[in-house]
Amino acid sequence: MLTEFGKVFAFILTAVMFVLIAVFAAKLIRPARPTKEKLTTYECGENPEGSPWVKFNIRFYVVALIFLIFDVEVVMLIPWALVYQDSGMLGFLVGAIFLILLGLGMAYEWRKGDLEWARPKITPLVLTKTEPPEEKQEKELNLGE
Amino acid sequence: MGIGEIILISLVKILLIISLLFLTVSYLTYFERKISAWVQNRIGPNRVGWKGLLQPFADVFKLMLKEDIVPEKADRIIHLLAPMIALFVAFSTFAVIPFGPEVHLFGYDIPLVVADVNMGVLFVLALTSLSVYGLTLAGWSSGSKYSLLGGIRSSAQMISYEISMGFSIGGVLLLSESLRPIAIVESQSGWMWNAIVQPIGFITFLVSAFAETNRLPFDLPEAEPELVGGFHTEYSSMKFAAFFLSEYANMIIASGLIVTLYLGGWQIPYIDLLGLPSGLVALLQVGAFIFKLVAILFFFLWVRWSLPRFRYDQLMNLGWKVMFPLSLINIIWVALLIMIFGL
Repeated sequence: MLTEFGKVFAFILTAVMFVLIAVFAAKLIRPARPTKEKLTTYECGENPEGSPWVKFNIRFYVVALIFLIFDVEVVMLIPWALVYQDSGMLGFLVGAIFLILLGLGMAYEWRKGDLEWARPKITPLVLTKTEPPEEKQEKELNLGE
Repeated sequence: MGIGEIILISLVKILLIISLLFLTVSYLTYFERKISAWVQNRIGPNRVGWKGLLQPFADVFKLMLKEDIVPEKADRIIHLLAPMIALFVAFSTFAVIPFGPEVHLFGYDIPLVVADVNMGVLFVLALTSLSVYGLTLAGWSSGSKYSLLGGIRSSAQMISYEISMGFSIGGVLLLSESLRPIAIVESQSGWMWNAIVQPIGFITFLVSAFAETNRLPFDLPEAEPELVGGFHTEYSSMKFAAFFLSEYANMIIASGLIVTLYLGGWQIPYIDLLGLPSGLVALLQVGAFIFKLVAILFFFLWVRWSLPRFRYDQLMNLGWKVMFPLSLINIIWVALLIMIFGL
């Protein structure tokens, strides 16, 4: 007996087959004449500088951490949503408490400044007259050395 | 119905849907170019075939004949795997989206969905999260700075909007009490479309869908002025085509989801009161599904050619500080509606 998941599996297999054909069929007809110049990394026509795996801003990592927490909470919410209509007042209270906790977590992240993308203002105590603080420059990525 | 017949019907449906999806994707690229031309007061493709209708095939053949260049610094295996993941994910999701009611054809009852899975929504959520890997791995494996930055940006963007997408779906599940897409469609009978009952959830889902498919105004991963091609800078030939196709396939999936979850799926309000023959009703309903799908797709294209791109901090602020609280409010709103009116 072919179950519904069997059909999903068959669909996925067919999709994989189509993808493989799409990617590999062209191998038969396309040219392959690599030269050293062709195989260099694109960097606006200049010779590539240093390692391609540059350092990137720690904020991306923080975003991933916050995502992890809230995504687990989405998963927790789904079973509640499915039985909510049968559970009456109690169900509402349980859900409300859960959502309030979630909102508090959110407020905490917000207050801590983890959701700010542009750099938080750093005002050093001793300010010599030099250039303006660089918070406007959108330096999300530290291009390394 | 014997096993052989079930397998035969399923196979026919699978092949039909996948080939239709490929065809729709290729013609979507054509319509994108035609609509962009129309918006910008140009003519658009008009040389290949009648009114340029053969343009998609010309594009595919051109890409097939291009040399496939893998840069020296790239990780060859992952470089090959990434576009395949992206395309495979984009095409597999359609397995659970229902495009019509159950029909009687040649003496069989055929539900017009490939697989009537009782956790279809979870399946969709799982697969759309997988699509992040395609872009991230592509960015990482290319061995190029632009690709890396584009890949990291896209992963951060997609996971940020996935949260509000998940919470918006929570509001839908409250009303349908089921993860089956068909049950979700049936819970929106008459004018009880989720887009009307929970407009906030509809908007957050719509915006998240734009962000998840990396369409303008959220196409930061491939912002041309700053990042060249973003994650696909170092891709050429059919691997590039795979990314290109997956973007359009993702648009179709997103539109299909929006129609299923918020616009009543294949349903036409109160059509059963007219007393039409059931075959005609089924046909009209499939037509309604396609019409809604095309309308949303047109909206995708329209927005792309009308709005400018966000700045990255604006994008993250919108995702976390606007869409996320709004989707929370939406859940509470729906829960209150059910408490008060017992919907």
